Amino acid sequence: MTNLLIKSGHLVDPSQNIDGIKDILVRDGRISEIGDSLSADDTEVFDASGLIIAPGFVDLHVHLREPGQEYKETIESGARAALAGGFTSICCMPNTQPVNDNAAVTSYIVERASTAGLARVYPIGAITAGSRGEALAEIGEMKRAGIVALSDDGRAVADTNLMRRAMEYARDFDLPVVDHCQDSCATGGVMHEGDYSALLGLKGMPALAEDIQVARDIMLAELTGARVHIAHISSARSLDLVREAKARSLPVTCEITPHHFTLTDEEVHRREYDTNTKMAPPLRSRTHVEAMIDGLRDGTIDAIATDHAPHHANEKMLEFDRAAFGIVGLETALSLSVDRLLHAGVVNITRLVDLLSCGPARVFRLKAGTLSKGSLADITIFDPNAEITIDATKFKSKSRNTPFDGWKLKGLVSSVFVGGRQRLKE
Amino acid sequence: MPLLRKDLLGTRELSPQEATLILDTADNFSEVGRRQIKKVPTLRGKTIINLFFEASTRTRTSFEIAAKRLSADSINISASTSSVVKGETLLDTARNLQAMDPDAIVIRHSSSGAPHMIAKVVDASVINAGDGANEHPTQGLLDALTIRQKKGGFAGLKVAIIGDVLHSRVARSNAHLLSKLGSHVWLAGPRTLMPFGFEKLISDAEGSVRFAGSMDEALDAADVVMMLRIQLERQSGGFFPSLKEYSIHFGLNRRRLERAKKDVIVLHPGPVNRGVEIDSDVADGPFSLILDQVNNGVAVRMAVLYLLAGGE
Repeated sequence: MTNLLIKSGHLVDPSQNIDGIKDILVRDGRISEIGDSLSADDTEVFDASGLIIAPGFVDLHVHLREPGQEYKETIESGARAALAGGFTSICCMPNTQPVNDNAAVTSYIVERASTAGLARVYPIGAITAGSRGEALAEIGEMKRAGIVALSDDGRAVADTNLMRRAMEYARDFDLPVVDHCQDSCATGGVMHEGDYSALLGLKGMPALAEDIQVARDIMLAELTGARVHIAHISSARSLDLVREAKARSLPVTCEITPHHFTLTDEEVHRREYDTNTKMAPPLRSRTHVEAMIDGLRDGTIDAIATDHAPHHANEKMLEFDRAAFGIVGLETALSLSVDRLLHAGVVNITRLVDLLSCGPARVFRLKAGTLSKGSLADITIFDPNAEITIDATKFKSKSRNTPFDGWKLKGLVSSVFVGGRQRLKE
Repeated sequence: MPLLRKDLLGTRELSPQEATLILDTADNFSEVGRRQIKKVPTLRGKTIINLFFEASTRTRTSFEIAAKRLSADSINISASTSSVVKGETLLDTARNLQAMDPDAIVIRHSSSGAPHMIAKVVDASVINAGDGANEHPTQGLLDALTIRQKKGGFAGLKVAIIGDVLHSRVARSNAHLLSKLGSHVWLAGPRTLMPFGFEKLISDAEGSVRFAGSMDEALDAADVVMMLRIQLERQSGGFFPSLKEYSIHFGLNRRRLERAKKDVIVLHPGPVNRGVEIDSDVADGPFSLILDQVNNGVAVRMAVLYLLAGGE
């Protein structure tokens, strides 16, 4: 493998408290040296002047649809979309067909990802068999096959006793339990319950549905000592609960999607029932979105995760209440984060990189999120000032379901290296 | 003068001037129904499709009569006979109908927003005949016409809308329209059937929309009382315990109506559940304008069809 010297870029690596112009030498796919004015023989040189160099981004929450729904996305197309978005590691949810609730499916995903050879793909295993919420899945066997976390994403585990057992069991296998927090009081809802659901005559999903489940999970984390990760947090009260849990040093973390800090429920009205504004959790009201911004600013939120949810156009070009939930997110996350958080002054560059890279790596304890000496040379290089226009027709993902098509934003992923190999070139 | 819009999707987006234009036009057309020959040539050669995905007797008949009195060719498609049962999507159905060059498509659908969706893909004027719990604009307009005929106008009127506001497209269309025209709308019913928050969004109105603390508060000195139909399935949905209890606590009877003004008028969009949301002696009593509403429905729909599909 050829060696690589990345010259003159602005290195931002919160894991080592680095924020300045540095050169990076990569040997054999790993970080060999970081310093000023490095030189080495027999290396490719990459000029990164004017660009930010960060540890490769990590997405804790994507849906790759393979096996079973390859018409929406495959592991390969999803991993390609990840690279286009600057993500060198992605964690895929188990709601495939069949569900990733056993080692055979886990191995299949690992194998397919390895064949694709693009971004690193870490499977998340189901908590319960078939994600039916009735009995535990073969958690230990899946762990051996490569899962990094557990979740019944999309279907919260309603049975508290079962969730308690899952956490107790998961703890011994050192797996975080990720919950899509949605209590039954949101059942049948299609958007946030509030002014706009009332106005539009759409069935609401109250923020309360999230809060109740977050509160329960935090209490279970306290009881069991398991690591609990709240997926796509969107409600102000839920965020307060996480903040309070962290203050008490409970093993609780949370992630937020770019759409939940960018859009409000008013969007459903403004776009006249555009189904690309339909997702779960739903776009919340302004009060909630402002609370999310506070959580990003004060450090309560650990990670930005996309909840990349590809759907075929046929599943979205339907009546609002019949259309599928979810939007793609891998290829818009960096631009939205840079534009809405960095340039808006919500976070500085260090915190931004932490949210996209180090933070998520910490949450799942992945070998990622750092460019310290000896670590994997997964590197994302981006230009925070480049102006871009989002064009869904250019997505690497198989699906185009985004509410951000045509948006003009700042922030462009320019190069991505995985294990020292350049996998994306702008 | 035609309306300067392609579609009528809700009263929400109508300006007071547009609403008044529709009502004035409807007033002119109401005379046609009293003629010996109930037909004018206004829309001769125009094609109007009534696309009904939900059962409806009154609204569909009303639209059909309106089209026929204007000499338009109208075609009825109901969900049971349409290709929806074969798995065709709404958008495909709409595009196929568009390919036959209709001038207007009147649509009723159980999903809120369905008319908005097809309006984006067809050239024909789309008229919302009721979508989910969102709007039923021609019902709002015919209610407004009925009120205007009796009260002379809308400014300062207290209008009580009572019942299942949460699921009611009639309540929404009326709240938007009547508040825009200067009335004060009071919503009441069991708390389980009240959508909260919605009054805050009605900001550009001359009048107002608010939630009453109780049915009696809404009825006190009301000029207009509009009772909403209660759907039987709401009982199994856990919104209230029983029809009997509903009728005792939220039904309109003669005694309760005494709280309203002496010259109150009582409206109901139909079909009426006698003895549930309204007693027969009120529904058939001297204050009731339920049949006037139905009569005005034809005139309002003639006006809407004319104003939207009548352009050159």
